[in-house]
Amino acid sequence: MRAYLTYLSKRLVQFAVVVFVGINITYLVTHMTPINPVEQSISAATAYGATSPEAIEMMRQSLRQLYGLEGSPWEQYVSFWKRVLVGDFGPSLSAFPTPVSQLILRALPWTVGLLLVSTLLTWFLGNLLGGLAGYYRNSRILKAFGVLSMGLHPIPYYVVAFVLLIIFGFLWPVLPISGGATMASDRSNTPAFMLDVAVHSILPVLSLMAVGIGGWFMGMRSLVSNIVTEDYVVYAELAGVKRSKILQSYVMRNALGPQVTGLALQLGAIFNGAIITEQVFGYPGVGSLLISAVHAGDYSLVLGITTVSIVAVSATVLLIDLLYPLIDPRVEAR
Amino acid sequence: MSTLKILRDLFRYNGEFAIGLVLVLVVLAVAVCSFFSPYPPMDVYVVPPDVPPSWEYPLGTTSRGQDVFWQLTFAIRNTLLFGIVVAVLSRIISLAVGLISGYKGGWVDRVLMSINDTFVVIPLFPILVLFYFIMRDQMSWVMLAVITALLGWAYDARLIRSIAMSLRTREFTRQAVFSGMGTGKIVLQEHLPFVLPIVFSTTMNNINWSIGIEVTLSVLGFTDINTPTIGGMIYWANQHTALVSGIWWWITFPVVLVIMLFIGLFLLAISMNEYIDPRSRLSRLGGQA
Repeated sequence: MRAYLTYLSKRLVQFAVVVFVGINITYLVTHMTPINPVEQSISAATAYGATSPEAIEMMRQSLRQLYGLEGSPWEQYVSFWKRVLVGDFGPSLSAFPTPVSQLILRALPWTVGLLLVSTLLTWFLGNLLGGLAGYYRNSRILKAFGVLSMGLHPIPYYVVAFVLLIIFGFLWPVLPISGGATMASDRSNTPAFMLDVAVHSILPVLSLMAVGIGGWFMGMRSLVSNIVTEDYVVYAELAGVKRSKILQSYVMRNALGPQVTGLALQLGAIFNGAIITEQVFGYPGVGSLLISAVHAGDYSLVLGITTVSIVAVSATVLLIDLLYPLIDPRVEAR
Repeated sequence: MSTLKILRDLFRYNGEFAIGLVLVLVVLAVAVCSFFSPYPPMDVYVVPPDVPPSWEYPLGTTSRGQDVFWQLTFAIRNTLLFGIVVAVLSRIISLAVGLISGYKGGWVDRVLMSINDTFVVIPLFPILVLFYFIMRDQMSWVMLAVITALLGWAYDARLIRSIAMSLRTREFTRQAVFSGMGTGKIVLQEHLPFVLPIVFSTTMNNINWSIGIEVTLSVLGFTDINTPTIGGMIYWANQHTALVSGIWWWITFPVVLVIMLFIGLFLLAISMNEYIDPRSRLSRLGGQA
């Protein structure tokens, strides 16, 4: 228990550092600019359609605070943090006067759902097949799968999603290529709607899996092929333990630890991939929101999404780290 | 063994290395062709638009009246150059952080690795988008390269640190310390040569990563779209709805070429990794690991 508490406090400190440094980076990035971002954003946001003077004044004030242009540098820094900590990014400029937090909350479930399904599937399948490939080294099917997933692995998310879009949008149009659900559908939790959502998520999930699975496969395969030469595995084989049991409890279980740590380390990159994939397929999540916010010149929304992504990803990493002792109880060793 | 001989052996006995090398050489050859282009890269309407691949225009022409082949040569050259610049810059940071952190240990190590882990964990893409959002028209090719390098060093720094940590306990390091060598000298003269092979293979992966970033950002139009790059080509093709109007050659050839580059560099990286790790080299030759 004592060891777990030390481990816990270390992880919490690391979480705080990640959020602190991450938010400082966004602060630095937004303060490096030589141009006046406030007036630029306002003119970009009000370019289409008339906005009342009071609304513009409100925008200007919240923008000045968000950009941190009021008061001394220290006061600017503090007021920036205050807004970030309470999650108040002011009203969105492109969807005025809806608060930014509300827009993000509306988009977040789509992204979380997409990420959860694709990451779990990718990780599970990649590790399972990789483990089998490392244990049954002469299987032709697994070798072929290895070559295929290795070929897809280095290609960036955008290109894979784009190629899938071309195949299923133009060459063989059988799957919906855009949106999270059919437009004017009844959005209550009926089975029909669920099915619709599931069908719409096939292509985004597939493209995330296509890129991701190779890394887990290769990692697991090399871990397992190292473990099978260990003495205790050889001993278990000589003692006549069933091969399926050796694979499950002797080999895979030991290889799982590094792969869970790997998942925590990869999460940021997977999140980047999801953002881009959403944009390609017009999926109504945070990624699409971010890109459209940039095109609309909506500074508060862009800043809000950046900050929320940093906090959300590092919180998930923390969660994985906290669950890690369930898989590998030897936390003191780390 | 001389470097050339190693390369020859790798080419002969390691299929992944051979395929990777051939792919990368093909892409390099296309990039070199750009120096012989009859048209300047940014000129439009120099050839009849929308011509499908033919003898005269082997890869067809774009809706903007550019020859796809010659356009592609410039695009891949700039894209490659971007990847190399980012890789070199970020290698310098990750070498400095990794070697110092691994050699010094203690609180220096803890502070550096905390920062390092932050860069590993935080999602970099929104930050790059935010950066573009602030810079807008001031965004240049060089600036994007520098900021990408500043964000992309962390993963490899940890790898280098782990090697430097094991080097610290080796006897030659102790001997160097006793003979009065300073930290900088030990790290640069004694430890650097040991990590160079692994740095070389991470370079390939880092080039892939940064080109992926560049392609993604420019496809979205979030870079300087006036410099021809692979992402920029796809961006312009999308702007002209090339796929809907059936100008498939405008999109297909850049995508195929850049995929060749990705797979080529990746295969070089993993075969080099395998070469560095003697256990897997042994099992390839049929020995017991």
